[in-house]
Amino acid sequence: MNVTLREHQIERPAQSHLGFIDCDVHPYYRTLADFDPFLSERWREHRRSIGNRSRQGLARASLYPRMSPGNGMRGDAWPKNGSPPGSDLDLMREQLLDLFDVQCGMLAPLVGGAAAERNVEFGAAMATAVNEWQCAWFCDPEPRLKASVQITLEHEESAIAEVERRAGDRRFAQVNIPPRGLEPLGRHRYRKILAACAANGFPISLHLGGTSGHASTGGGWPSFYHEEHPSYVQSMQTLVTSLVCEGVFEDIPDLKVVLVEGGFAWLPALAWRLDKHWRRLRAEVPYLRRAPSEYIREHFWVTTQPIEEPERPEDMLRTIEWIGPERVMFSTDYPHWDQDDPRYAFKVKLPEDWARMIFRDNARALYRLD
Amino acid sequence: MSRHIVAAVGEIPPGGRKLVTIRGREIGVFNLNGEFFALVNRCPHQGAALCQGVIVSRLEAPTPGEYRLARRGEMLRCPWHCWEFDIRTGQSWCDPNDVKVRTYDVTVEPGEQLAKGPFAAETVSVAVEQDYVVVTL
Repeated sequence: MNVTLREHQIERPAQSHLGFIDCDVHPYYRTLADFDPFLSERWREHRRSIGNRSRQGLARASLYPRMSPGNGMRGDAWPKNGSPPGSDLDLMREQLLDLFDVQCGMLAPLVGGAAAERNVEFGAAMATAVNEWQCAWFCDPEPRLKASVQITLEHEESAIAEVERRAGDRRFAQVNIPPRGLEPLGRHRYRKILAACAANGFPISLHLGGTSGHASTGGGWPSFYHEEHPSYVQSMQTLVTSLVCEGVFEDIPDLKVVLVEGGFAWLPALAWRLDKHWRRLRAEVPYLRRAPSEYIREHFWVTTQPIEEPERPEDMLRTIEWIGPERVMFSTDYPHWDQDDPRYAFKVKLPEDWARMIFRDNARALYRLD
Repeated sequence: MSRHIVAAVGEIPPGGRKLVTIRGREIGVFNLNGEFFALVNRCPHQGAALCQGVIVSRLEAPTPGEYRLARRGEMLRCPWHCWEFDIRTGQSWCDPNDVKVRTYDVTVEPGEQLAKGPFAAETVSVAVEQDYVVVTL
């Protein structure tokens, strides 16, 4: 850990920290009624009179409440009017977009409950509404922000229709799928949806979260948020493993997958283990024509926040080297409590070309932002 | 070294704080039961405005299942990543020897004495019958 006794920096950040692409920004609504203009009367009434039926059992609370007010919000990101952090575009500009001259911010709207909705038709309606809401409230007034298509994975027809509806609309950059679903994402039942994402030019982003109703670890329910937070890595590992072992990338060679907010230091070790088993157990998955690590290198991107903080800061460089600096993309996670500041996230100096790739060029190429 | 009058004593009640800017530095001045302490408004972890964080106690557990609240209301929790710091010393809870917040000396002095100067009063006007909080930079 560093000994730092510097003063609070109130001036504008240094030039070298400006102009990045932020691969994880969270927009919020003020009240659920904000979605009403984008719902049909049939679903507006459903929302008001019945509401969400989440698979997790708790309608209005998180299974693991977080320490910061607002269920895990950055303490200084509350708008003066008392609305939730992320709901006020002006404040988002002041604290993120303008402060750092952000080129693009990729929105990850963890709102609306579409993904975990038991009533899949209501889920589909909410997914569409959230997509419209992202544009109306964020991307239209602030073109630097790019929307993520929300879908309901358990309703194939509507999910594919929603992906096709947004195809070619440059306000949308990717399709967002929560890593905790009913079944691992490589399973055949999801294949057509994934194929539709690739066919329509969308990478898929697996932003940590989702409420499947399953225990959040493979070994049962943990006690603390402290345990829950790293358990998201298990969900990510499950999905990486599933997508590779089910042969998804043989089926859909142009599918691109972004792992958001799940860390990345674990990825090389997982790839080593999968390669080792592939040499021994390949008869079980004969359609895999290459080592698992090769699929991972080709098809996966990772975002940085919450950044790994190794005891020896220089170990970060070796970790990125293993993954490939062309596959790592910077993210803040604004306005969440565990967000990263681009000035201080990396505790080690990155080589110039890596910094350019990680802060800008990788995301620009992946999302075709030019 | 320069000394700055930042508040009248009654202005910062026990458990309260005041954020001041002295020579371009944002500094939080805290009152812990009548004693005053000053910390720079910048978390050593990622630079957040630390002095806007919630004030908490130090929760100790000598063994799992046994809890006690110590140092009531004397720890400051960063509004970003929840790192906790000792308001008295600036020491971090997670790494007290190596990660610290910059602290400044604070004294309480009678207005009668301060009126003689030379002190930088900033925006505080001094009355001889009151006591004032003075931060040394």
